[in-house]
Amino acid sequence: MTNAGSEFRTCPTTGLKVHLPAENLIKANAVAAVVFLLVGTVMALLVAFTRWPAVHLLSAEGYYRALTAHGLNMLIFWIIFFEIAVLYFASAILLNSRLAAPKVGWLSFLMMLVGSLMVDLMILQGKADVMMTSYVPMKADPLYYLGVILFAVGALIGVGVFFATLVVAKREKTYEGSLPLVVFGAVAAGIIAVVAIAHGAIIYIPTFLWSLGIIGPIDPAMYRVVWWGLGHTSQQINVTAQIAIWYLLATLTVGASPLNEKVCRSAFVLYILFINLASAHHLLVDPGVSPSWKIWNTSYAMYLAVLASMIHGFTVPASIEVAQRKKGYTKGLFEWLKKAPWGNPGFSALALSIAIFGFIGGITGVTFGTEQINIISHNTLRIPGHFHATVAAGTTLAFMGVTYYVLPLIFRRQVVVPSLAKLQPYFFGIGILLVSIGMTFAGSYGISRRHWDIAFTGAPFQLAIDPTALLMLSVMGIGAILAFTGALMYILITVFTVLIGKRPA
Amino acid sequence: MSISVPERIWWKPVDKSEKIWVGLALTWCIVMFIMMPLWHLKGGQNAPSETYRVTPAQFQKATQEFIDKYKVGEEKGTAIVAPPAGSDIYLNSMMWRWDPILKLEKGKTYRLHLSSMDLQHGFSLYPQNMNFQVLPGYDYVLTITPTTAGEFYVQCNEFCGIGHHMMVGKIIVS
Ligand code: HEM
Ligand SMILES: [Cu+2]
Ligand SMILES: [Cu+2]
Repeated sequence: MTNAGSEFRTCPTTGLKVHLPAENLIKANAVAAVVFLLVGTVMALLVAFTRWPAVHLLSAEGYYRALTAHGLNMLIFWIIFFEIAVLYFASAILLNSRLAAPKVGWLSFLMMLVGSLMVDLMILQGKADVMMTSYVPMKADPLYYLGVILFAVGALIGVGVFFATLVVAKREKTYEGSLPLVVFGAVAAGIIAVVAIAHGAIIYIPTFLWSLGIIGPIDPAMYRVVWWGLGHTSQQINVTAQIAIWYLLATLTVGASPLNEKVCRSAFVLYILFINLASAHHLLVDPGVSPSWKIWNTSYAMYLAVLASMIHGFTVPASIEVAQRKKGYTKGLFEWLKKAPWGNPGFSALALSIAIFGFIGGITGVTFGTEQINIISHNTLRIPGHFHATVAAGTTLAFMGVTYYVLPLIFRRQVVVPSLAKLQPYFFGIGILLVSIGMTFAGSYGISRRHWDIAFTGAPFQLAIDPTALLMLSVMGIGAILAFTGALMYILITVFTVLIGKRPA
Repeated sequence: MSISVPERIWWKPVDKSEKIWVGLALTWCIVMFIMMPLWHLKGGQNAPSETYRVTPAQFQKATQEFIDKYKVGEEKGTAIVAPPAGSDIYLNSMMWRWDPILKLEKGKTYRLHLSSMDLQHGFSLYPQNMNFQVLPGYDYVLTITPTTAGEFYVQCNEFCGIGHHMMVGKIIVS
């Protein structure tokens, strides 16, 4: 269909054949991701400075608006644009193949871009102060829902291009044998994405029609069940993509190989099989669903998905250890770790991602998934405390780390100010860790999430807030300054590298 | 390498260290799996299992009848209601208040009905920190036994509009 030769270049570093139209799409999606990260980061600081009682920056209206924007720009736009770039990279580049249908890829990109701009416009105009969950019967402007639908369909088309590229690569024999592990992980993420977006369609299309007045009210309990089929499952796309990148970064930074392909691949399969129904953990204290439904769906599936994370949490560090020991770092138990390339932002981002995701994110998440602990954590700040350790620290750091390889390999620019890049993952990682810890402890004192004023101005009763909780909110605030700085460093480094970075020799 | 095609046969025996780890992790997962139902049966504090369909109008009516019957006073414009031990009690939620103020006796058991007149709200008992979702159209029944005397507050912890932070109710236990 295409004349090879002209559409490819050979990467001088890796020897991979790079399909130029694929490369352009990767660039476009990555640039969009970083732009939305900037929006999300500015909103993050505003929101955090409002929750920090000593500052209490925004008005109530401003806070809820900024919080809605923060959730969507970070969790949806930054993460998913980047994931589409990762999927194109994993299929076309790693398999030496052409991208199946670049034009369709551009259609996907355009739809996602228009959708996200519509959503942001509606939020900034104050027509969608509904939080990213938009629980019915709270209603936003129909264009808000339409924007979400456009974005989701666009993303689905992108996932379709990814799968089509796998077929092309297989048929055109650009590789022999089984898929590389990173590509295998990307396939798992792609499959989960299809499941997630299907739930999204089931819930957003009726909600859109309801907002137009075409159909009657939507049952709020049903909305929550299906919405979390999207909301939870899409977090599993993030985890899966993030872990594929852990394997990728372990190879790029220290030359690690998977210990046992069978174990790693089986763990990815566990994600695909057991992820979606675990969404019941979001509904543990809801009316409308029975205890047996809740218990079955939070325990059977979630623990097998947890098992998969436990496996990756072992195999990735172990593969790094093996690679390091092969280099001769064999003294004692930990020389391999001490002598790891901590000054390489790709490696430090990987290490921080694994540590924060695993120890803080994983452990908090599993505990909230039990019925009784959910009673004392539901809708408190413990919940954002948890997911700032998972997606905001884990996934975001993994994406940041891989960017330091995407810049020279795909954008073909040398990273500007390497000394700043060296520090960047530490600023962001330690900052977000403090955000997460501050939120988690404040939440355990009953401080709720999505709440403008713990002084309860204008309320009939004021609650006496424990001083420890106030202290923890300050920890969150200080963490926010560090994380904001780290995110800004990342954004500036990538933007300037793309604009004025030196072409590698 | 994770970015290149693996050897032809990659279905290989697993190393001992990996086997031990997977075994430990799996055992832990099974323990958790068993604990979930077990603790539901054995534990003293569970999410309630009783829910019914109710329209906002029906729930409003039930709450009003409840208030009329047991009202003992008023605070800040909200009725204070002292229902008899063991009875069905009602706490209605709406933008942005909880109605009425409940006056309960320590050690007595009540059936607390929760619902909403408009949007989704969150029942968050302070400082106990117990949280339950409140949905319009659903009557959520919590069987509760207060174990400490004092004044407790109910803050809304599901975003319900600009006045969300003002939505604070009260429960008195004597
Ligand atoms: C730059 C560093 C960041 C800071 C300082 C920060 C801070 C915050 C704060 C203070 C909240 C509000 C909690 C509340 O009041 O309920 C919040 C919510 C949230 N954040 Fe972040 N965050 C950061 C990065 C991220 C990233 C990278 C992601 C996702 C990839 C993310 C996803 C979210 C989501 C989904 C919410 C919940 C929004 C909602 O309740 O609807 N954040 N964040
Ligand atoms: Cu979930
Ligand atoms: Cu409310």
